[in-house]
Amino acid sequence: MDCQLDIFFLEAVLNGLLLAGLFALLALGLNLIFGVIDVVWICYAELVMVGMYGIYAVDKLGVPFALAVLFGIALVALGGVLLHYLVIRPVLDSAPINQLLVTGGVLFVLQAAATMAFGIDFKNIGIRLGSVSVLDMSFSYARIVTFGVAIAAMLLLWVFLQRTYIGIAIRAIAQDRAIMPLMGVDQRRIYLVTSGIGGALAGLAAALMVLQFDIYPQIGLQFGPLIFMICVLGGLGNMIGGFVAAVIISEFIAVGGSCFATEWGYAIAFLFFMVVIFIRPQGLFGGKS
Amino acid sequence: MLELAEVDAGYGSFQALFSVSMSVKAGEAVAVIGSNGAGKTTLLRVISGLLPASAGTMTMQGVSLRTTPPHKVIETGIAHVPEGRRLFPRLSVESNLKIGAYIPPAREKFEERLGFVYGLFPRLCERRAQLAGTLSGGEQQMCAIARALMSGPKLVLLDEPSMGLAPVIVAQVFELVRRLRDEGYTVLIVEQNVRQVLKFADRAYLLEAGRIKTSGTSQQLAESDEIRRAYMGI
Repeated sequence: MDCQLDIFFLEAVLNGLLLAGLFALLALGLNLIFGVIDVVWICYAELVMVGMYGIYAVDKLGVPFALAVLFGIALVALGGVLLHYLVIRPVLDSAPINQLLVTGGVLFVLQAAATMAFGIDFKNIGIRLGSVSVLDMSFSYARIVTFGVAIAAMLLLWVFLQRTYIGIAIRAIAQDRAIMPLMGVDQRRIYLVTSGIGGALAGLAAALMVLQFDIYPQIGLQFGPLIFMICVLGGLGNMIGGFVAAVIISEFIAVGGSCFATEWGYAIAFLFFMVVIFIRPQGLFGGKS
Repeated sequence: MLELAEVDAGYGSFQALFSVSMSVKAGEAVAVIGSNGAGKTTLLRVISGLLPASAGTMTMQGVSLRTTPPHKVIETGIAHVPEGRRLFPRLSVESNLKIGAYIPPAREKFEERLGFVYGLFPRLCERRAQLAGTLSGGEQQMCAIARALMSGPKLVLLDEPSMGLAPVIVAQVFELVRRLRDEGYTVLIVEQNVRQVLKFADRAYLLEAGRIKTSGTSQQLAESDEIRRAYMGI
């Protein structure tokens, strides 16, 4: 064990914070969907994977990266809308377990489709941003960019939900579904818009992740469980709770990983999660907000 | 303005309304009275499309309500203040009012109407940034009525506005409803508080077990022995 309050500890803490940006962004989309539609997209990380492959594919065609990113966001936003329209809507009134199972089915379909289309090799778009050194600490630019973009996206969504008619309707529907028609709100349309936003957030996360990670069909399994853990820890459907939980889990991973070994970071994070859920089954910030 | 002819409705195999016919003319205040479970709330839910009618015709200024999707009924000029107020508790007062102006024609007039309802209910203006769930019962009723007015309705449906409120607040709520009248809104109100509502309405229908038992001017009903005995405890 090598854990002292030195500059490397500070480096780990800061890296944990930067990592939290990505996790918070991933959790945000899932929490939005659950908070509004009351359905968990088990295949959320696979939508991110689709976005990563989409960006990879058009990047290979020689499309500039910025356009590839927009394509990736649009692709997954459309994917979210289709997922809702084709898969969720028919089971909207079914038992929650059936809703979980159908989106779980989509997970395997997407993985299989990606394997058939791109094979099982690791792919990357060949952009690596390098890192910056401050004192004796080093931070990767990709993580810094990811953190900044993730925070900006969260603020943008927050403003959208506070200020616009559709945004307020999205928040209202989570509080009282039954009377929305009295306000002139078409619930089905709000669900589609919300699914599109949830998809766009997954697409944005994909664009940020291709800067840091290789792409392979099972990449969703690497992140999916972590995202769900963060969402449940923060209180499923609670977007602010999701952000706080993302920071907590990332710090466990980064600091734990730095003090012990990387794998221990994940183990400690999960241990913490289990203890919290044992004491507070509804999550740290339980209940929806 | 509003015309119902031989309307049936129910929940599954349970029929709650039997051949209900009634009308509300522009500028009137009409009350529907009756005991708990008589079908009063169901009647309003059918008019605003939350519950589909299974037979009969319903029109609002000539527009058939039975063929209008629920979220479009508000665009015919009907605003429904539901039983129990049903504000969005974790939205601010002003956001609640904003969602009341969700339909496109209302969005254009949001600022103007916001000024109007704040003038009508200065208390809401003071509390506009507060979460609706933290308002007192009377203030919540004000907010629910204000939210309905934000859509620019011609006809306001009020479902038991006095429910769950202290007696002194109930008097205030009826004062509010009277003001709605004076502002030129047509009102259809459902109440268990028969004595109070007959003081204010022009006409009333008595609903019993899903059927219109009798109707007439408020004065006629208030003088009827049957109603005095059964609903006013005299």
